[in-house]
Amino acid sequence: MKVALKSITFFTLLVVLSIPFSAFAKGSIETTTAKGGVKGDPVNTQAEIKEYIQHHLKDSHDFHLFSYFSENGEEHHVGFPLPVMLWGENGFTAFMSSAFHHDDSGEVVVEKNGSRFVKLHSKIYELNAGQTAVQFDADHHAVNASKPFDLSITKSVFGILVIGLLMLFWFSRLAKQYKSKKVPTGFGRVLEPLVVYVRDEIAKPNIGESYRKFTGYLLTVFFFIWILNLVGLMPFGFNVTGQIAVTAALAVITLVIYVFSGNKHFWGHMLWMPGIPYIFRPLLGLIELVGTLIIKPFSLLVRLFANITAGHTVVMSLIAVGILLQESLSAVGSTLVSLFLSLFIMLIELLVAFLQAYIFTTLSALFIGMAVADDHHDEELHDEHGEKIEDTEVIRKSFS
Amino acid sequence: MEQLLENFSLDLFVKQTILFLIIIFLMVKFAWKPIMNALNEREEGIQGALDAAENAKKEMANLQADNEKLLKEARAEREAMLKDARDIKTKMIDDAKAEAKAEADKMVAQAQASIEAERKSAIADLKSQVAVLSVEIAEKVVKSELSDKEKQLGLVNEMLGKATLN
Amino acid sequence: MSLALVQEVAPMIPNMVGAGLVVIGGGIGLGKIGGAAMEGIARQPEAAGKIQTAMIIVAALLEGLAFGALILGA
Repeated sequence: MKVALKSITFFTLLVVLSIPFSAFAKGSIETTTAKGGVKGDPVNTQAEIKEYIQHHLKDSHDFHLFSYFSENGEEHHVGFPLPVMLWGENGFTAFMSSAFHHDDSGEVVVEKNGSRFVKLHSKIYELNAGQTAVQFDADHHAVNASKPFDLSITKSVFGILVIGLLMLFWFSRLAKQYKSKKVPTGFGRVLEPLVVYVRDEIAKPNIGESYRKFTGYLLTVFFFIWILNLVGLMPFGFNVTGQIAVTAALAVITLVIYVFSGNKHFWGHMLWMPGIPYIFRPLLGLIELVGTLIIKPFSLLVRLFANITAGHTVVMSLIAVGILLQESLSAVGSTLVSLFLSLFIMLIELLVAFLQAYIFTTLSALFIGMAVADDHHDEELHDEHGEKIEDTEVIRKSFS
Repeated sequence: MEQLLENFSLDLFVKQTILFLIIIFLMVKFAWKPIMNALNEREEGIQGALDAAENAKKEMANLQADNEKLLKEARAEREAMLKDARDIKTKMIDDAKAEAKAEADKMVAQAQASIEAERKSAIADLKSQVAVLSVEIAEKVVKSELSDKEKQLGLVNEMLGKATLN
Repeated sequence: MSLALVQEVAPMIPNMVGAGLVVIGGGIGLGKIGGAAMEGIARQPEAAGKIQTAMIIVAALLEGLAFGALILGA
């Protein structure tokens, strides 16, 4: 009975959750002619696929689920618009992204609050007075338009918000469960070992005694990246952790944490390394400083970004194999080949989704651990004379 | 590198930073702190229970050892008591035997002494009687046979030979 | 091969060669890490967990380097 009740609530929840999606989807079926002017021309050449993949990897201003062609050759986009909020020259402007009619080539001009906006390659430009199209110079800077500060709920921001709320919902429920019972039930039983895993396998061994202060950040980062990686593998095509801005923000937060929690020992060893000739110390200090402030966060952000981007590209390319090889292998053959290949890459991507979250968290913990380590032993080992003299003394004693 | 910078969107960076900081704050406040506290509490509880069990086990072992010790002591005491009793018994028997022997010896000695005394008195008595008898004999001999000297001497000898002691 | 194609492809060659070199270097590094880790685990199976963690961290650092080079070059 209890199980039945639970599944009933689950299904109700599912239905309730899917209502806004379907409502949006219905409300925003747009009809445009396909690119290139040819009616009913789906994405099927190599160049088009390349462009499609690159477009997918970028952030976008509306939530596009899928497209299809109706019998008269018109392309329908199914998805829902997201709010666009801009801070431009005429102050704050807000409208729904459906105003652009799925245009991404800077042709549709939206007039609002006396400003005129166009969207080009997922970026919104504010046209100068009297202009109708964005023009670029050789360095790809817009000549006759400015870029307003974009506060929009883009697809990535939407993903961040949804996952943030989901995490808050799951884990605050888990937290509430502890008030009434010692061992959580239901979904909490899945989450608890993960929390314990992050605490015992990532935070504790890498940071040491003062791990409690940083566990909150590490747990948040771990689940945030992991869930978003997994969501990115789903067909809706969130690509949040593949946005370099997102990974950069995460890496910068890690950087700020370990720079501000670094103790005297950390800075001392970094800038004025003991046990090394004085001449080399400034040079090594400089190298260490660059390593700590730039290379470490850069490697963090690039690793996550590159892994996820590469994963998405490979999966989509292998799916595209099904389209490209149709001529040489027949429809069935090419579909089977692409299914077979993309299935295994998908399995690897599932592993990568976890591994990248783990690595990002572990390395963050490691860097924080380096900054807060209070390593007395190390200091003694690198002591300038004491250790050496003692050693020879011991050797001499053992001879005489 | 240029492509990377091209793809980098400062707007998204700012939005992500702010949103993520808010998420961290909310998660720490509403999720991680209570979860961590509950987990620590539970782990401490489990550790405490384990320690208590260990202590109880140790105490039990101690008690058992005590019991064993007591039992051993009691056994040793019983053994000692039994040994004492046995000793006392043998000693008593020996004492009794010795006393009895001494008594018997004493009695034998007394008897011998009294026998000796009797004998001595009997000899003394006999001696006096022999003297009286010999005087009487002498008287008779003297009276009747004083004439025949040789015959009388023979008679004395004869008499003396007849009168054996005892 | 037409001249236009050659002219299009030629400037990309240094990048491609660089990418290939980075991948070769990264491959050698990953192979060494993996091999050493396997040897370590074979010698001390009870330390497998620790060795694995260390291996993943070092591999991640190497991967970051290789990706960094690829992206800086691209």
